[in-house]
Amino acid sequence: MPPTVTLTVTRYRPEQESEPTFQTYEVPFRKDWVVLDALNYIKDKLDGSLSFRWSCRMGVCGSCGMMVDDTPKLTCAAFLSDHLPGPIRVEPLQYFPVIRDLVVDITDFMRKLKTVKPWIIREHEKSLAEGEYLQTPSQLEAYKQFSMCINCLLCYAACPIYGLEPSFIGPAAIALAQRYNLDSRDQAKRERHQIVSAHGGIWECTFVGECTKVCPKNVDPAGAIQQYKLTAAGHWFKALLLPWRTR
Amino acid sequence: MSATPHYTPYHPKWYRRRVSVWWWLQKGSSACFVLRELTSVGVAFFAVVCLWQVRALAEGPEAYARFLVWLRTPLFLALHAVAFLFVLFHAVTWFNLAPRALVVRLQGRRLPDGIIAGANYAAWLVLSGVVAWILMRG
Amino acid sequence: MVRPLTPFLWVLFSAGGTIAALLFPVHVFLVGLAIPLGWLEAPTYTFLRNLVGHPLTRVYLFVLISLPLFHWAHRFRYTLYDGLQIKHLTPLIVVLCYGAALAGSIMAAATVWSIP
Repeated sequence: MPPTVTLTVTRYRPEQESEPTFQTYEVPFRKDWVVLDALNYIKDKLDGSLSFRWSCRMGVCGSCGMMVDDTPKLTCAAFLSDHLPGPIRVEPLQYFPVIRDLVVDITDFMRKLKTVKPWIIREHEKSLAEGEYLQTPSQLEAYKQFSMCINCLLCYAACPIYGLEPSFIGPAAIALAQRYNLDSRDQAKRERHQIVSAHGGIWECTFVGECTKVCPKNVDPAGAIQQYKLTAAGHWFKALLLPWRTR
Repeated sequence: MSATPHYTPYHPKWYRRRVSVWWWLQKGSSACFVLRELTSVGVAFFAVVCLWQVRALAEGPEAYARFLVWLRTPLFLALHAVAFLFVLFHAVTWFNLAPRALVVRLQGRRLPDGIIAGANYAAWLVLSGVVAWILMRG
Repeated sequence: MVRPLTPFLWVLFSAGGTIAALLFPVHVFLVGLAIPLGWLEAPTYTFLRNLVGHPLTRVYLFVLISLPLFHWAHRFRYTLYDGLQIKHLTPLIVVLCYGAALAGSIMAAATVWSIP
């Protein structure tokens, strides 16, 4: 095991340059260190001007997503030892505009997520006196996988369609729409169908599958999208052949 | 929340990287994906050959004999060899991805991916056998 | 302009892809390689003519040709978008791809219908 490892990190200071550059840092190698530890070492001991996002450092907040050697990763889950011998390239998340250094702007995602209405919508709310909404284990099982999403946006950085098509709402937004569709308490399937079948929705996806590969929480957004395509297609035929049933 | 934060969607100082036309060559998995998509060209090629074969059959024995001669030319043998590889790659990727789209629930539990993929492969073997048997009887 | 038809086109793509995946390997192997190369004896013309005359075979052949053509049309259209980034030429691409598939399907239908 080497005593140090080199990190090649993107620097972008809009006040002094018009394009990103790279800066190399020599960081101590510890076998239990992750890339986030290395970045924090850089910020604490070598270069306090480096900007990056992080929070929980244990893979549940979704803040520290970056490109590590061309793969979108949570830097709190990317061990230095897996990227030896280095130099390890750390770049901001792909397909998002870069604000500074390793910090990207995610407003596009936030806006798109909101359009799929990722919350429980009911035609009639139960009164408090009627008690809670009950759910069996198998009803929970139906949507649980898609509820694990931490909005880390690694899937967006991996999705070439998101990079190429500005209107595409992206894997996580669709997976979360599906999460609510499959929730037995929700009653807004049809509403979300309209949104998600429109331009920029599920039909832009060509099942590249990279989103599922990089997801740190095994949400399988690609699966969610393909399942949604099947239900949307079924809905389309139903509307065509049995229009009275879909009103 | 007191006021909605105001974001400038197209801030001039944010750096936007343009996606190159060659984005798919930059990673092995992307190149694999594009190759998988291009298998559709092999599929289209053979669909046209099928159409040609049926038309030749309909026209008569001389037309069909001419069709067979064409199939034996090095050009068509090479095209069919490539088409065969393309079609195989299409089949394998298709069956492996099928479980993601076809979620089958039995008694509340989801059937494992291997069963759905396995069922597809089994169907492939059975149908191929049936077709081969029907065609090679005469 | 084809947007409201997209779910239908996707179903054609899926059906065509399944047909191609399940049936094309054996057909390509037999017709394109084994028979021309002499590994297997070629079926006689009379046998094939009788086989193709059967109504079920006519339907089978029509499905075998037309659905994979629509599979190609849909997939190739998106490959052109993603690969060559020519999405601005959508109307032209749509007409060329689905038009070719439609033309092939019509020819297939006409041919299987006309077999005496």
